[in-house]
Amino acid sequence: MKILVGIKRVVDYNVRIRVLSDGSGVDTDGVKMSVNPFDEIALEEALRIKEAGNADEVIVVSAGGDECQQQLRTGLAMGADRAIQIQSSEALQPLSVARAFLKIIEREDPGLVIFGKQAIDDDNSQTGQMLAALWDRPQATFASKMVVNGSSATVTREVDAGLETVEVDLPAVVTVDLRLNEPRFVKLPDIMKAKRKPLDVVALDELGVTVEGNIEVGNHAPPPQREKGVMVEDAAQLITELKNRGLL
Amino acid sequence: MTEREVMEYDVIIVGAGPAGLSCAIRLKQLKPELMVAVIEKSAEIGAHILSGAVIEPGPLDDLLPGWRENPPPTCIPVERDEIWLLSQKGRRRLPTPPQQKNHGNFILSLGAMCAWMAPQAEALEVDIFPGYAAAGIRYTENGEVGGVIIGDMGVDSEGNEKDTYMQGIEIHAPITILSEGCRGHLSKQLIEKFGLDRDSDPQTYGIGMKELWQVQPGKSKPGLVQHTTRWPLDSKTYGGSFIYHLEKDRIAIGFVTGLDYQDPEFVPFEAFQQMKHHPMVRDLLEGGEILSSGARAIVEGGYQSLPKTEMPGALLVGDSAGTLNVPKIKGTHQAMRCGMLAAEHIAETGSWQGFDAKFRDSTVVKELHKVRNIRPAFYKGFWRGFLRAAIETITAGKLPGTLKVHADHSALKKLDGYTAPERHWINRDLPPRDRLAAVYFAATEHDEDQPVHLRILEPDVCITRCVEEYDNPCTRFCPAHVYEMVEESGDGESGANRLQINAANCVHCKTCDIKDPYQIIQWVTPEGGSGPNYQNM
Repeated sequence: MKILVGIKRVVDYNVRIRVLSDGSGVDTDGVKMSVNPFDEIALEEALRIKEAGNADEVIVVSAGGDECQQQLRTGLAMGADRAIQIQSSEALQPLSVARAFLKIIEREDPGLVIFGKQAIDDDNSQTGQMLAALWDRPQATFASKMVVNGSSATVTREVDAGLETVEVDLPAVVTVDLRLNEPRFVKLPDIMKAKRKPLDVVALDELGVTVEGNIEVGNHAPPPQREKGVMVEDAAQLITELKNRGLL
Repeated sequence: MTEREVMEYDVIIVGAGPAGLSCAIRLKQLKPELMVAVIEKSAEIGAHILSGAVIEPGPLDDLLPGWRENPPPTCIPVERDEIWLLSQKGRRRLPTPPQQKNHGNFILSLGAMCAWMAPQAEALEVDIFPGYAAAGIRYTENGEVGGVIIGDMGVDSEGNEKDTYMQGIEIHAPITILSEGCRGHLSKQLIEKFGLDRDSDPQTYGIGMKELWQVQPGKSKPGLVQHTTRWPLDSKTYGGSFIYHLEKDRIAIGFVTGLDYQDPEFVPFEAFQQMKHHPMVRDLLEGGEILSSGARAIVEGGYQSLPKTEMPGALLVGDSAGTLNVPKIKGTHQAMRCGMLAAEHIAETGSWQGFDAKFRDSTVVKELHKVRNIRPAFYKGFWRGFLRAAIETITAGKLPGTLKVHADHSALKKLDGYTAPERHWINRDLPPRDRLAAVYFAATEHDEDQPVHLRILEPDVCITRCVEEYDNPCTRFCPAHVYEMVEESGDGESGANRLQINAANCVHCKTCDIKDPYQIIQWVTPEGGSGPNYQNM
């Protein structure tokens, strides 16, 4: 069985996000970029499934410009067998990415497709679900535990009320949550090995997918700044201050 | 413990700063067949680099001819120089000394420059590994340096292996280049082990803090280089600020204080913040926002403090040796030249032997010799230093005699009998409010569940002698508020304090390792990839 893992290049979670003054987006000048942390968890799980003998090959796939090859190489260094870049210079929305992944699925015929539950840049949480619908296969989202048993997988999902366990027939789409596993560190010699692993580049239009912009972004704005605090002497003054602000 | 995995190279370089990267590039230019690797503890190349920076382009022209057609992302020719002598509210323009004339130089981000150099090294097939810390030295059977040991990852705070545990590998190489920058922890060990500083004065240091600001449109004058001195420092404390005007309404502002300051209650961070409130500076910053901030110790010892730069199997280059030129307020050109010199030596001889002699005879050391008495002249206070500096400058360092340099940690006065100068510092309102707010802009990150990388060799001293003698200066000199005295919880009544080390705040500046008066703080590498994530610093 092949496992396909989707990974996205995003601004690193440690970076303090700054909105550009014209509101057109966030500042990525000189900013550290990384693999979306949820996608790293997805890849870790795929590698563990393979190491347990339940899969033969792990393929990392990313959609974007050539700079995302850096993240694909990270995936290869973690242990993926090969990588595919869906090349597009335009910013892609979830539906376009899901359509492109469907084309890759038609070529590769995987038994399992794993994504992070969402990307930490736009927080959409849509690609996995859309792909399952387009592919007409089962989906199990927000996985905190998964076990592959032959032609099906048992997945524990994190839901509002607690945990829910579902069983899906394979092939299926699984999106993973934070508690599923802790991704491994990359071994230094594996970085060298990753340089020699295959990385195929397929242009988006080669796959017959057109970029759709069905979501229009109006503006970006930072959260309002917290106002300066006032030190009060006693409870009476606190009440006065609150009344002055119309809060009491 | 299982045997460590090994990778072999011809040359292993520790630290991807200007010295290390220049060395790597030059090695591959001269001898492409050499296998060269660079390891770097920061998660990305440039993320632990902090500098002004105004640089002399000579070594860049030499190393990467044609770089001017493809310059680093931020790179602005210097248009104008200004030096200001500040009082609390006033200012007086000083003539620019010749060393500080910046015509032909460039303002840039050294972090961004290193990130720009790294792919050029990789294009020459240098293997660069960011995110891996050289935790120890690997010695050969006959006691020579034979490479480095990469730190283990996935170890918890008690030293136990976590699920993600990964043993660090050994990198073996006949030649190891230490380009760790100021107070590198491996360089420190090697200087001690091989007695490399036997014939030199102690190294001295400064603490530099920097903030990158996005200011209101029109306030930044791209290409303007400003330096200030005096206020808010007393005349016994050496230091000053830099204000570099960048494009896109950005300003790089920073403050450097000599770590030979005497006042145990002095807070370098506070001095920086006070300087920002001088009317001249405040006007620039008001209404702007901070993009990034951080701190790093810098070398100030110069010629007198240069250790021997070769030892069996290894070389010290750049600020691992201490090549920064203090009167010029520049180190990058020296570090690059030194890295290139090491590469040329290795390419020519295939050995580490004989490098030190070549180094002593190079322009790197000649430049330091010329200005050797300027920084130590300021030990006698600002005005006497100023006068001596002028004389030394006019005579180009040709006067006989070399002033002695003293270790910084011994400069701190004990509380008993010391009266701090009246500072007249004001209540501030520009951000950051305090050191914790500043650390936020350094985007520093350490997994909290790992061994504390700031080791206190004699913890008892902190809660006994140090409280009385110095009132725990670590809680003040650390720019990231790593050290904190907290009341021992539990017994309530006793009021006993303990030293809490907030290691996750650390920005890897090394000030504690330097300034601690008992020399019992030891900075070691945390897990690779930890530490600040500077952007454009």
